[in-house]
Amino acid sequence: MLTFVARRLVATLLVLLVASFIVYVLTANSGDPLRELRGSRDPSAQDQIAYLSGLLNLDQPPVLRYFSWLGGVGACFIGQCDLGISVARGQQPVIEAIGGALGSTLQLVLAATILAIVIGVAIGMTTALRQYSGYDYVVTFLTFVFYSLPIFWVAVLLKEFGAIQFNSFLGDPVIPWWSILIIGLVMGFIGSSIVGGELRTRVISFVSVGGGIAALLILLDVTRWFESPSIGFVGIALMSVATGAVVLFTSTGFHNRRALLAVGIIVVLTVILSWPFQFLFYYVNSPWTVLLVLAILVGLGLLVGFFVGGDGKAVVARTAAIVGGLGVLPLVLDQMFIRWDEYVARIPLSNGVIATIGASTPAIRRVDDTWLNMLDSLTHMLLPTIALMIISLAAYTRYARASLLDVMNQDYVRTARAKGLGERTVVMRHAFRNAMIPIATIIALDFGAVIGGAVITERVFAWQAMGSLFNEGLHRIDVNLVMGFFLVTGILAVIFNVIADLLYSALDPRIRVS
Amino acid sequence: MTDKKPVVDEQSVGQELSIEQRATVGLSQGAIVRRRFLQHRGAVVSVFVLLFLVLLAFTSVGTVIGGTGKLTPDPSGTRLIVDGFRIPGWWGYTWWERYDIMLPGGAPTFTWWPFSFGEHPFGQDNTGKDVFARVMRGMQQSLNVVFIVGIISTVIGVVLGALAGYYRGWVDQVIMRITDVIIIVPLLILGAVLGQTIGGDAFLLAVMIGLIAWTGMARLVRAEFLSLREREFVDAARVAGASDFRIIFRHILPNTVGVIVVSATLLMSAVILLETSLSFLGFGITDPDISLGQIISQYNEAFKTRPWLFWWPGLFIVVIALCINFIGDGLRDAFDPRQKRVPRQRSLGSEIGTFFKAYVPGARPGARPGDGTSNK
Repeated sequence: MLTFVARRLVATLLVLLVASFIVYVLTANSGDPLRELRGSRDPSAQDQIAYLSGLLNLDQPPVLRYFSWLGGVGACFIGQCDLGISVARGQQPVIEAIGGALGSTLQLVLAATILAIVIGVAIGMTTALRQYSGYDYVVTFLTFVFYSLPIFWVAVLLKEFGAIQFNSFLGDPVIPWWSILIIGLVMGFIGSSIVGGELRTRVISFVSVGGGIAALLILLDVTRWFESPSIGFVGIALMSVATGAVVLFTSTGFHNRRALLAVGIIVVLTVILSWPFQFLFYYVNSPWTVLLVLAILVGLGLLVGFFVGGDGKAVVARTAAIVGGLGVLPLVLDQMFIRWDEYVARIPLSNGVIATIGASTPAIRRVDDTWLNMLDSLTHMLLPTIALMIISLAAYTRYARASLLDVMNQDYVRTARAKGLGERTVVMRHAFRNAMIPIATIIALDFGAVIGGAVITERVFAWQAMGSLFNEGLHRIDVNLVMGFFLVTGILAVIFNVIADLLYSALDPRIRVS
Repeated sequence: MTDKKPVVDEQSVGQELSIEQRATVGLSQGAIVRRRFLQHRGAVVSVFVLLFLVLLAFTSVGTVIGGTGKLTPDPSGTRLIVDGFRIPGWWGYTWWERYDIMLPGGAPTFTWWPFSFGEHPFGQDNTGKDVFARVMRGMQQSLNVVFIVGIISTVIGVVLGALAGYYRGWVDQVIMRITDVIIIVPLLILGAVLGQTIGGDAFLLAVMIGLIAWTGMARLVRAEFLSLREREFVDAARVAGASDFRIIFRHILPNTVGVIVVSATLLMSAVILLETSLSFLGFGITDPDISLGQIISQYNEAFKTRPWLFWWPGLFIVVIALCINFIGDGLRDAFDPRQKRVPRQRSLGSEIGTFFKAYVPGARPGARPGDGTSNK
């Protein structure tokens, strides 16, 4: 397995090296970096041209310049990175420009990819299990539409339409009765389609899902929750119970009493511990506390599973650990929403709560409060992430559906059914894992599309991030800046490839053996 | 779509195959494919919509053949004319001239009641240019790029894929390593660098994109060739003394036509999104020429005051891409020999109908063939 991954890694790095040469030479030949200066009437222009030409070695052919650039990159291995200077950015070293830009792009790309995989696989699987239902047809049609959407158009629509509508809704948060009705009906339709089964079951699931969502909306509306949203003790409890129920349903089912007990214990523990954790979050104001809490809750989950598990220790412990790990989310959200009023007070008056420009609010960036900054990032990332996610979502949905259908047709699935296993065990334990093998390869393939999408999305939302490095660099023929962008995305592509390979070999034992 | 393969229990497999065989007895391969394609309602509708859009785009404002596309004053000095051989269309306005603004702000003159197009149905921009004419010209250029890229990429991809798959060995190694190098750079990034180099001309841009967009096609064709070259008919051809060239193009290639057609179609739907994205970023087709993406880029600041500048170009991109995608889906169904007919005859509408019938006692969905997995 390791040799497989290592061989692939070396091959990818070599390919990347050749690709970087091609991109460098093409970019260098795409125009004159000093065009603006050459047209300038400024008496000092001639001196500047001479100075910059010397600095950028413009008298050498691009092929030679590439190798001196490569030398600078190679020096990174001995700790003296030199990626050149950026002419477009007042001779700022490219490595500094990357340092300031990398974080937000990384967040955007990772969030969009992970969300697209999770949601896409979930939708694709449910449609595969309910093949030829109305839900399946609607989703298939929608994936076609999503495939055909230009991302820049979606991004502009979200920015000019979604954000402004939502912000004006937050200004006067009253949910009209007809939108509650529509949301309830749609959710009921989706819920009953996924549950499926006999007419009676369908009606029950329609009424319970649709009615439940509508009741929740009415409750939020009546209590005017949207005016100052908060999670609080009740919210944490509700969300933990809900995640526990979902995880339990997909992993072991409610009939497994020991798993039910373990998940119940870990949910209660999460809710009780949320009180002391509040103080931890308050006094140790650092993102690392999230990891600490995550480790504590996962550890507790494993412990509880181990002691309660009985015969199926491994399964119960895993289920409880997953519930514990997911229990961190409501805690973090709670911390963020506690700062809601402070956030609203600090953002510029002209902006809405959901920001449409930039990756963060400068005034908040200066405040040393992890949670406030997180909330700020969240509101800035929301729309770009949705825009970026929509495109990949369609691909993941289609592939997950096709792949699960393929697997469900195979003989071993019939064997599993024939020996009397329940539908959940057949799907989740036997089919799901094999259905994920093609998805793992798509993660690496889809990455190029995500990077391209990020360049466009960041442009629409005016982010000063990696995308703007590329846009600015290419418009002004600043080869070093473009190559800085290329280097980072290339390394990311390599990392994504390795992750895909690792997933692949984890899912497919044949890779591990050979 | 291949993933439409239904889950069928043992009994109905036999039945369906016999139905399938009976339905296609005595028909040529082409007739079977055509018949299956015509059964995909979405694809057939899409063909007509796409044809209509092509006709509309090219006949309405006419077109320009050759030339640089630059604007120069005509000899009398009163109007601007566009460089190149101009074929006029039936629409009275051009995409580069300014006109008097009819409605405040250049709002669209189109009204539903009483139904009338008016002078500027899609409105005017802030300088008085007719948005309908601009969108039509943009659509022409975007469609041009799509077709040119489709042809170039398909030819390169098919030839390289065929060579790699047929000869294997070092030929395969070299071609596949070139493919790897191109694939690792995101298509948008490579396209933008090339677009910046050639500087805004639609035809050159299309050629450049065509030179980099063939990788997926090459991989697919190679895979097909790798399996087909082991088949008996290839041995037979070789024994009969056929040259490599003849075996590749006369014997094997016709068998891969399904894969090629489907993947060319899907490639074209990706290309329209790529071209419009490049033009949006300013690395594709640039002023004075027009593309749908460039229109959106030019007007996206005006969204709040003049939304009509923004809606139409985007809508046409979505419709074109959607049509091509549906045609590709229909072609895939038509070329897929495993295709079962029973479930496909249900359209989306009737499916939704069946779903709501589920709430009427007596009518229960899920009782048709191919639903083996969904009954718990």
